[in-house]
Amino acid sequence: MNRLVPILTVVAAIVAIWYVATVGMNAQWARDQAARAGVELSFGEIVADTLAQERPVLPAPHQVAAELWKLTWVEETTGRRGIVKSGTLSNRSLVYHGWLTLSATALGFAIGTGLGFLLAVGIVHNRAMDLSVMPWAIASQTIPILAIAPMIIVVLASVGLTGIVPKAVISAYLSFFPVVVGMVKGLRSPEVAQLDLLRTYSASAAQVFWKLRLPASLPYLFASMKVGIAAALVGAIVGELPVQQGGLGARLLAGSYYGQTAQIWAALFTAAILAALLVGAVGATERAVLRRLGMAQ
Amino acid sequence: MTWFWGAILFWLAAWALNARLAAGPAARHPAVRLAIPALFGVTLLVLWEGIVRGLQVSPVILPAPTEIGATIAASLPILWGDFVQTIVKGALSGYVIGCSAAVATAIAIDRSPFLQRGLLPVGNFIAALPIVGTAPILVMWFGFDWQSKAAVVVVMVFFPVLVNTVAGLAASERMQRDLMATWSASYWQTLWKLRLPAAMPFIFNGLKIATTLALIGAIVAEFFGSPTRGMGFRISTAVGQLALPLVWAEIAVAALAGSAFYGLVATIERGVTFWHPSQRGRS
Repeated sequence: MNRLVPILTVVAAIVAIWYVATVGMNAQWARDQAARAGVELSFGEIVADTLAQERPVLPAPHQVAAELWKLTWVEETTGRRGIVKSGTLSNRSLVYHGWLTLSATALGFAIGTGLGFLLAVGIVHNRAMDLSVMPWAIASQTIPILAIAPMIIVVLASVGLTGIVPKAVISAYLSFFPVVVGMVKGLRSPEVAQLDLLRTYSASAAQVFWKLRLPASLPYLFASMKVGIAAALVGAIVGELPVQQGGLGARLLAGSYYGQTAQIWAALFTAAILAALLVGAVGATERAVLRRLGMAQ
Repeated sequence: MTWFWGAILFWLAAWALNARLAAGPAARHPAVRLAIPALFGVTLLVLWEGIVRGLQVSPVILPAPTEIGATIAASLPILWGDFVQTIVKGALSGYVIGCSAAVATAIAIDRSPFLQRGLLPVGNFIAALPIVGTAPILVMWFGFDWQSKAAVVVVMVFFPVLVNTVAGLAASERMQRDLMATWSASYWQTLWKLRLPAAMPFIFNGLKIATTLALIGAIVAEFFGSPTRGMGFRISTAVGQLALPLVWAEIAVAALAGSAFYGLVATIERGVTFWHPSQRGRS
């Protein structure tokens, strides 16, 4: 309760500001239409008009919610191409596009995390690798890697790879470096005394890794996985921009071409919900694993 | 094939040298610590060049580094124009506006624990969202020129900096604040002389995260519409024309600009937070 009230207040304030902004930003169009028709609008009429325009500059929250509902539940259950009538997901619904983006994100994230994990293990166990690769891994965090996304898509398409793989490559690339940097930190986090203790037990390098380094690194792994999965989702969305073959990014771009603001906002909220679900899933896994290991605070 | 095997040979030789350097007694010397990653970078370039030439990879798939270098040298005016349009006008102005707005907001909500408890979770949540998705909306509102890119950057950098600043303003200890109170320091004196300096490591952490976000925002926003210059515009159109050396040239500029931007902020941080344990002990 104590935490919920302030959060709800802030959210309510944001929605209120949004409504005010909707009226303010759409009023010009309403006034222009009225002037063209030669009628004078009262303030109440302007407000009513701005909240229900066909192509508003800024759609009102309830319009976005209605669009989301229409493009998910209504489209799938009653639409001609919806899952109820045709047996497959409708290519107009955000469920379909969200699923495309989600599958690319998940595949890319799995690849990126796996490779990042392996590289981190290599870096921790090989000094030459540490000294030569680590500075580049850190420096790569300062580079706008996302800029290469269109090139990867087009180049992979020219060698015949289309669909989920190019998007997953971008997602993997984006989630790779946070995991490497976080895991190296985590695998190095055991203290000297703990490492010395294992040495007095004459533990092998593999035993040190499985029994000490890996468990100690898990909090770091989960922290960087949260960063990585958010980055992977952004990568998948941007990867969908150059080729219009479905996905939330394609919906964003199509909406901006045709001035369908409600569609853009609906796609944006779907992306936000996906991001929240993904980060939430990593967080839930983290809590479950850490509790199982007795490391939960 | 000579190119290919030569590159492989170079790679093995460089790796052997690096392994020796890293294991040897000289590994602690600063010059060696710089030489090892530099050698690794050069090895990657040589390997790249050798594979492209040796296996005759089409330049449409992967151009060789020398070709990219030649393109950079030949199209300096284009690259400079794009750099000014995207980085200086779009990213930097948005970065300055967004970061100052975030710090100002953090100071404003700092007096109300209620607002903090409400805004922090919301801010943390929004910071994890794919905010680049707002780019098409902002491009629609602010037009194709750099103003819309700056707006995207403002939205992207705002929340990470806000969350870090709020955390930083809470970083001064009770004892220190009590000491200021015994000197009957006003709220603003406490803020200016104790809490803002104590918050600086946190604020700079946010500012450093924001540098990368700013560049990403400015470049990606150009994919949604831009005037006929700018790095994002050039990348997307050059990809369409399969002019990959030019794309790589832009990426090289973006990488350089990103590292330089980050380095600049890190240098300022070192000057401002010289007292912090993480900065002490470095000369």
